[in-house]
Amino acid sequence: MAELTLPKNSRVTQGKTYKAEPGATRVKSFKVYRWNPDEDANPRADTYEIDLDKCGPMVLDALIKIKNEIDPTLTFRRSCREGICGSCAMNIDGTNTLACLKPIEEVKEAVNINPLPHMPVVKDLVPDLNQAYAQYRSIEPWLQAETPPPPDGERKQSVEERAELDGLWECILCFCCTTSCPSYWWNGDRYLGPAVLMAAYRWIADSRDEATGKRLDALEDPFKLYRCHTIMNCTQTCPKGLNPAKAIGKIKQMMAERQG
Amino acid sequence: MKIMRSALGRARGMGAAKAGVHHWWAQRLTALALLPLALYAVLSVLLLKGATQAEMLRYMAEPWNGVLFLALVIALFYHLQLGLQVVIEDYIRSEGKRLTVMLAMRATAGFFGLLAVISVLKLSF
Repeated sequence: MAELTLPKNSRVTQGKTYKAEPGATRVKSFKVYRWNPDEDANPRADTYEIDLDKCGPMVLDALIKIKNEIDPTLTFRRSCREGICGSCAMNIDGTNTLACLKPIEEVKEAVNINPLPHMPVVKDLVPDLNQAYAQYRSIEPWLQAETPPPPDGERKQSVEERAELDGLWECILCFCCTTSCPSYWWNGDRYLGPAVLMAAYRWIADSRDEATGKRLDALEDPFKLYRCHTIMNCTQTCPKGLNPAKAIGKIKQMMAERQG
Repeated sequence: MKIMRSALGRARGMGAAKAGVHHWWAQRLTALALLPLALYAVLSVLLLKGATQAEMLRYMAEPWNGVLFLALVIALFYHLQLGLQVVIEDYIRSEGKRLTVMLAMRATAGFFGLLAVISVLKLSF
């Protein structure tokens, strides 16, 4: 059966509390998921109290402050801190998003921070995304065309053809959507998930690509594609405001269309 | 079992089954057909409120009503079977259990579907 509850060794226990320094004025609590593969223990939620007057506005600023000033053992991924690399994807206040784009102010109570759901955890807030990356590789996310490019330049698109890719190319592969999808939780070994399917559609919709039929063939599968039941978690959670559910809908539409 | 197969090998798996379009399309078509048919069935019940058994039998013996009720039960049980298939595929992981439950579900849906068809036909003739 699908795993509807956490296995015993994954239940989160109460962790340590790091009090704010005396004299702090605007104190906010951050409850952060902690798990270390080297310790034989269940994950725990550590609470860090932070003075917002001495912290940047985003959740990532708070995490960096914790790591720099309170607890250097806290592990998380981050790079660009402006929503373009996708490294700091995590579950904040119950929703998958990028820590660098999430204002602390938007969370009313304590800020709960967990790794992306239903992925193996490497350490603390770092999920193992190898399988998702391999699924992305499996849809062959590059231009495929037999017609050679013009000798004097690049392959051209009309303005309208290029417009077809808007809302698709902006995906940064943070996998917030994929890990928010119940269908991916239950059948992630076979279902490709919203991020990868939207990437597949990005190439299906590209006027320069000549492998459309082959791409559709590779997706025509009860599990790879049709596990999507338009739950819409993907679209709701996307920190870039994209619509993977619509892209998947377009793939299904094309599948039906080519049947005649 | 220790798994050393590459992530890409696992992601590609057995490849695409080249199926699923028909299921998806049939599910939508039957849903569409069930909208007017279900409305018709409800209206029929309201229309026959307080009718005698003889009136009821006369109503069901009309070819129009026979055809529409047949269409209703066929679409309904086909749609039911398609929907339950999705639920089973979603939630049952083990291949053997999935096949067993799927066969049992199809047999049950098929049995009750045929029962409904025969019942409608019996009223028609």
